[in-house]
Amino acid sequence: MQHMADTLFKSLSDPTRRAIFESLTRDGEQTVWMLTDQSGISQPAVSKHLAVLKTAGLVRDRREGRQTHYSADPKGLKPLIDWTSQMSSFWQKKLDDLEDLLNRMDQ
Amino acid sequence: MTATETRSVVIERQIPHPPEKIWRALTQPHLIAEWLMKNDFAPTVGHRFQLRGDWGHADCRVLEIQPDKTLSYTWDAMGLESVVTFTLAPSGTGTHLRVEQAGFRKDQAQAFAGAKYGWENFLGKLEQVVGREN
Repeated sequence: MQHMADTLFKSLSDPTRRAIFESLTRDGEQTVWMLTDQSGISQPAVSKHLAVLKTAGLVRDRREGRQTHYSADPKGLKPLIDWTSQMSSFWQKKLDDLEDLLNRMDQ
Repeated sequence: MTATETRSVVIERQIPHPPEKIWRALTQPHLIAEWLMKNDFAPTVGHRFQLRGDWGHADCRVLEIQPDKTLSYTWDAMGLESVVTFTLAPSGTGTHLRVEQAGFRKDQAQAFAGAKYGWENFLGKLEQVVGREN
């Protein structure tokens, strides 16, 4: 879970990737060319960003003839939103540290 | 889920040390710093203090103190308002420790995520989308 969240944070830390993901979320499925037109960067750069988003589980692709169509997969964001599990991990880690400390303390 | 849902996290552990010893680790600032965060805690109801971590700090206020039994304080960090309660009970050769953090509301948890990473609005919009998808 934590690893998945890290991958997500990294993939969304880049403003261009966020813009691409937002565009797919807002406007639905698009080809790399449509995305390139909006982004103001080169097509290979857009493709590279899409690959990162796909690895993070945020984007799906679908081939149709010679075109690849990309769409957002908002379910990929779940690990970010699931704060209950985030905070559980936080406290589990802190309580490990507490037990280490207790083992070092005098009675 | 609604936008004002209360959330809570509960962690329970059996710890092979007596409650009095755990109580010290929970209430002495130099010990708290060793396992939780740097702080200016004082074991007085109403005392305001901060827990400072790499990510920022939490503003806290002591709500309840029952030595060796219960410690409770508010925990407000970057839009997230919650209450942390530690409960200790002797059990066998050690202590049953229960930690609860409660009071997360969905919108606040989200604000926390957003403030932490600077994506508040971004995540806000996306969560609506996720909500629709499920």
